[in-house]
Amino acid sequence: MLNNITMGQYYPVDSKIHRLDPRIKLILTIAFIVIVFLAKTFAGYALIFAFVWMVSRIANIPFRMLLRGLKPLRIIIILTFLLNLFFTSGNTVWVQFWVIRITKEGFMQAAFYSLRLVFLVLGTSLLTLTTSPVSLSDGIEILLTPLKKIHFPAHELAMMMTIALRFIPTLLEETDKIMKAQMARGADFESGNLISRAKAMVPLLVPLFVSAFRRAGDLAMAMESRCYHGGEGRTRLRVLKITRNDWIACAIMALLLALIILEGIFL
Amino acid sequence: MPIEVLHLTHCYSEGSVLRTVALDDVSFTISDGEFVGIIGHTGSGKSTLVQHLNGLLKPSSGQVLIDGEDLNGEHVNRRALRQRIGLVFQYPEYQLFEESVEKDIAFGPKNQKLSPDEIAERVRYAMDCVHLDYERYAARSPFELSGGQMRRVAIAGVLAMKPSILILDEPTAGLDPSGRDKILSMLEELHQREHVTTLMVSHSMDDMARLADRLLVMSEGKIVADGTPREIFAQEDMMTSIGLDVPEAARLCARLRARGYDLPADLFRPEELKEYLIRLWKEGSAC
Amino acid sequence: MQSDTRVQLSNVTYTYEEQASPALSGVSAVIQPGEFVAVLGHNGSGKSTMAKLLNALYIPTDGNVVVCGYNTREEKYVWEIRQRAGMIFQNPDNQIVATVVKEDVAFGLENLGVPTEEMLPRIESALAAVRMSKYADNAPHMLSGGQKQRVAIAGILAMEPSVIIADEATAMLDPSGRKEVLDTIRALNRQKGITVVWITHFMEEAALADRVLIVTGGEVRLSGTPAEVFDRVDEMREMHLDVPHMTSLASDLRAEGMPLRPGILTVDELVEEVERLCPLKSST
Repeated sequence: MLNNITMGQYYPVDSKIHRLDPRIKLILTIAFIVIVFLAKTFAGYALIFAFVWMVSRIANIPFRMLLRGLKPLRIIIILTFLLNLFFTSGNTVWVQFWVIRITKEGFMQAAFYSLRLVFLVLGTSLLTLTTSPVSLSDGIEILLTPLKKIHFPAHELAMMMTIALRFIPTLLEETDKIMKAQMARGADFESGNLISRAKAMVPLLVPLFVSAFRRAGDLAMAMESRCYHGGEGRTRLRVLKITRNDWIACAIMALLLALIILEGIFL
Repeated sequence: MPIEVLHLTHCYSEGSVLRTVALDDVSFTISDGEFVGIIGHTGSGKSTLVQHLNGLLKPSSGQVLIDGEDLNGEHVNRRALRQRIGLVFQYPEYQLFEESVEKDIAFGPKNQKLSPDEIAERVRYAMDCVHLDYERYAARSPFELSGGQMRRVAIAGVLAMKPSILILDEPTAGLDPSGRDKILSMLEELHQREHVTTLMVSHSMDDMARLADRLLVMSEGKIVADGTPREIFAQEDMMTSIGLDVPEAARLCARLRARGYDLPADLFRPEELKEYLIRLWKEGSAC
Repeated sequence: MQSDTRVQLSNVTYTYEEQASPALSGVSAVIQPGEFVAVLGHNGSGKSTMAKLLNALYIPTDGNVVVCGYNTREEKYVWEIRQRAGMIFQNPDNQIVATVVKEDVAFGLENLGVPTEEMLPRIESALAAVRMSKYADNAPHMLSGGQKQRVAIAGILAMEPSVIIADEATAMLDPSGRKEVLDTIRALNRQKGITVVWITHFMEEAALADRVLIVTGGEVRLSGTPAEVFDRVDEMREMHLDVPHMTSLASDLRAEGMPLRPGILTVDELVEEVERLCPLKSST
């Protein structure tokens, strides 16, 4: 179980999309989310789907990798579909028995809203599949830098993210070790009802927390020993540069936006 | 309660490009009451082997028999079988979690579904085994203790389950010389008193020289030697070729022999060498 | 101030906040440029406290620590001190901050405000000095303990220190990892003249130093070359410290009347002495 988690979903191949500036990608992802909300018809959705498919092709990402991002949310998507299916009022009744009523309008709405969720997930998956966690954190830090003026801790946030990312595999390993040690003492993490399973987590969580605090203390000392003193006066190894491809990507997104707006007006 | 390992093989990432063979056709038997040391270079498969003996890992092929019963057999009560084997991992103090030393040590017996009286008795027994005074330490938080004390609490937690087989993975890792000495003395005493079959994985040849009746030497997933410390440490070349040391006294013995001195090939205890050298000098000065 | 790379402790006392008795009291020592000094002691002896006083992580309660000409009490020089006296710690994991080796080595440079163009050459030469160049793009969690410690050393090296302080840097490693790290540090000491303060409880490591300071009960009890210090076997034993096996054996043999020379640390040295005192009847 613990061996199958890949870090942040990043799919490390080379492509024009992978090489885009992460700041641009972040902004474009937000734009994409807005676009998904603006679309009003299935025609608009067809356009959005074509866009997603095209980007995944350019990014050399197999479509099934993209679809894998939907797995954790499949229950919510199905629930959205079913709720809208059964509880939307409409005129054209397709199925009716007992209290269950499925109308054409209900079906269309169910499909529409669940597809919206799907596209939102696909859009963000495109971001995380093509941008390494470190680039993302860089991009976020630089985008949030202007907020430093209102004392928003952009650098500290980015530092926290990088350190968290760095320690995820280490903490997973440690969890595995602690689990095995407690299992060797007869702990049972698998059977029992919800409450007993929650209680069984204590011998796992307490040592993890204790160890995490110790790590944090050690790490702080090590960072200070290497002259870390916050964000002031820091330079960076990785420098982000906006290239022509970034502008092209922006133009394409602007085009998509325009088309969706038009679709909203005319369809 | 003997352990029998028959043709045990374990592969990680079976079926993928990353397939590695951690254990390759390993077979050996351990008799009741033996103190066996398992030594090998990092990556030789020691930790993997140890996790098989407790059923934490399943073999890719081969069998692990505890007292004649297949640990991974179909109709076996694995949990009951597992509880007869006490496994102390590396840096076991990292698994402590309870509010008091007593409660933490009681964790194992509790999982064995013993009565409160039995649990209390086990806790006292275990604390006695690791030389932690009950009156002084039982109610204290384990996190207040020193590193060496925390480790002893963790070991007590396993001893409280009264396993018939005790397996320890690098019990002295990270401890300073006096901490190491305390743990080793404790293990020595425990073994002499209770005759629990004990397996110890360690990098320290000195620890092995002191405690082990028998050594299993591993390299690249295989057992390359099986014998008494005396037999094993006499084979300095073999040990160096697989990346292991022998105790300094054994090395001294080998060097002196290479220079032409006639001493038995298998001396490895400093006391033995001292006796030999004193005799040698006294004989020489008598000429 | 540039040329003075000594590390001086003058009558240093340090008491932790919640404790009544000092962890270190009245310690004085001078570590000369380019020396490899081992600080040996059991856990709780005060040796780790001493390490942290050397790079201003702790400020002495009494007395002074002067590193490369800067007094650690002067807050405004804290970053100069830490750039010149780099420290590596016991837990290999808990000093690596970045997700990629190369970027972790850059961490110190980024903190110092080194211009981006200068960073890559310094990182590459630091990684080369610890022989980890081919791991530059790897994730740290895939490395062995010894490799992680070498990355930590590279992170310090990139900052171009005059002194490296190793606080029990090998305590959590297996024998091959310990050898890797010790060999790396010794090479840096010999080839680049970097002063090394090596805190340890392994006497076989201390035996390789130029000078050994024995710390116990918060004081420096013995100081001298390894041969001088370890020969005082009874004192060492009384302090619950190990001596090298050969030194102990030599001492026992001397007690029985065998006139071995002082300062025997290794197997080869003892073999030589045995050949001297008990020559083989020539049969060739």
